[in-house]
Amino acid sequence: MANGTNGSNGKGGAGTKLLSRVKETGDKLGNSQVMTSIFRPGSVFRKGYTDSPRNRSYVIMNNVLYHLHPVKVKRHAVKVSYTLCLGGLSFFLFILLTVTGIFLMFFYRPTTAQAWSDIQHIETAVYFGSLVRNMHRWAAHLMVLSVFLHMSRVFYHGAYKAPREFNWVIGVILLTLTLLLSFTGYLLPWDQLALWAVTVGTNMMGYTPVFGSQVRFVLLGSKEISGDTLLRWYVLHVLMFPFVTVIFMAVHFWRVRKDGGISGPL
Amino acid sequence: MADIPDHLLKRSAERRKALGLPAKDGDAVDEASSDAPAEAGVEVPAVEPAAPGEGPAPAVDPPAGGGESKGGVPAHLLERAARRRAALAGGEDGAAVPAAAGAGGTATATATRTIATPTATGPGGHTQRLLTVVKSGSIQQTKAEAQDKVHTWPHLLVVEFACVLAMMATLLIFSALVRAPLLSLADVNQTPNPSKAPWYFLGLQELLTMFHPMVAGVTIPGMGLFMLMVAPYVDKNPSHKPNDRKFMISMFTIFLMFWAVLVIIGSFFRGTGFNFVFPWKDGIFFEL
Repeated sequence: MANGTNGSNGKGGAGTKLLSRVKETGDKLGNSQVMTSIFRPGSVFRKGYTDSPRNRSYVIMNNVLYHLHPVKVKRHAVKVSYTLCLGGLSFFLFILLTVTGIFLMFFYRPTTAQAWSDIQHIETAVYFGSLVRNMHRWAAHLMVLSVFLHMSRVFYHGAYKAPREFNWVIGVILLTLTLLLSFTGYLLPWDQLALWAVTVGTNMMGYTPVFGSQVRFVLLGSKEISGDTLLRWYVLHVLMFPFVTVIFMAVHFWRVRKDGGISGPL
Repeated sequence: MADIPDHLLKRSAERRKALGLPAKDGDAVDEASSDAPAEAGVEVPAVEPAAPGEGPAPAVDPPAGGGESKGGVPAHLLERAARRRAALAGGEDGAAVPAAAGAGGTATATATRTIATPTATGPGGHTQRLLTVVKSGSIQQTKAEAQDKVHTWPHLLVVEFACVLAMMATLLIFSALVRAPLLSLADVNQTPNPSKAPWYFLGLQELLTMFHPMVAGVTIPGMGLFMLMVAPYVDKNPSHKPNDRKFMISMFTIFLMFWAVLVIIGSFFRGTGFNFVFPWKDGIFFEL
């Protein structure tokens, strides 16, 4: 027994020495200029986190991602049964689509000669290519659905009413942009499904009164769907619509906060 | 005034004691009774002339004058400014003409002079000044009464994180199991039968069977979007309660059902030649 205590004592001595060394090194690293320049003074990554109202606020205040939220929200806003997370999930799907989309862009060329075989190549020869393409496609359909359901949720809660009228209008624009993003992406695989779905869709737009044929020409980049259309829709899909969508999303999220957070309980 | 938390008032009282400034009357009123703002408003003009009146610098006096007290600056701030000014004026007087320091001014004067005046201060020793009082309502929609709020971390972020994980898991599993369609290479000369638009446009394609393309493809969807956008400006009913909004709720439900039914018919009940079929009898002509 005595031996055991001795042993553990000796070990404990070495252990505490090691621990203090580790702690010292940690402190040195933590207080280094590099770390202090990365994390803001109140950041929990610098001063550690113990649960306190102040630290709970610091978590939000010192992180650009969480800064989307205010430090405090209404208690009812936390209930999943109120929002069903639909707006947040739409945003998350948008991010997921951006990430998977960037992955796909590495292997895809928007020309009539290469587009379809590139998709086949992604499906068969690229690591995780098939999975990522599936995710991109299903997430796109899901995003159309979730944006639509989000709109319905907001309507049934009467959350479009003053002072949130303008944010509702932005929301309708975002719904349109979501549809456009999905529709432009639909053509890119350049298979029979893509070609004819887009033919049906653009024929409809060609019936715009007065300048229908002009609208159709601008959309297609030619009289009929061709390689020019593919290039045009590719640029719209990967660059222009995401860019515009991000701008409208920024205004949308900003207005949510400025209009007093999400709407009250019924 | 009423919305200053107790602990801040207490802290300021302690600080004031440490500085040797006289205790603020407003605090006493605040703590003693739930004061009406009107009461404090009445109090200010009474206190104000008295305080600078002892520090006899007339040049300092006018800015503190009664004209400002009506300018929307909270009474307690005015009062505090007046006291501070009085204290400083007393201090300067104490240095220049000791005899001139009034009976009330002496105590504050000596107390103020023990604090080293910081360099690069403005007139009157201030290191900062009140530019404006921004009311919270002018920046953000706020409610006057206190709201039941919780911290975003952990209460909201945990929920969001769980939602994101669940969605991610579902999508990952679904994508691992179900392949996205890739038909044969596009061929302009070979029209598949039927040719269908993406599912969210199938409602429009369904309308094409009933109306002229201009009506079905442009007018109706355009009107739909327009109606959605103007909905909040047309709906003047301020209530959020479902019972008070029966008309708008039924309108929107009809709108939703209209599209849902059309999309479902277009997706599953249209076969070769876009003719009406039953999916359980003739099979499904639908690709996502």
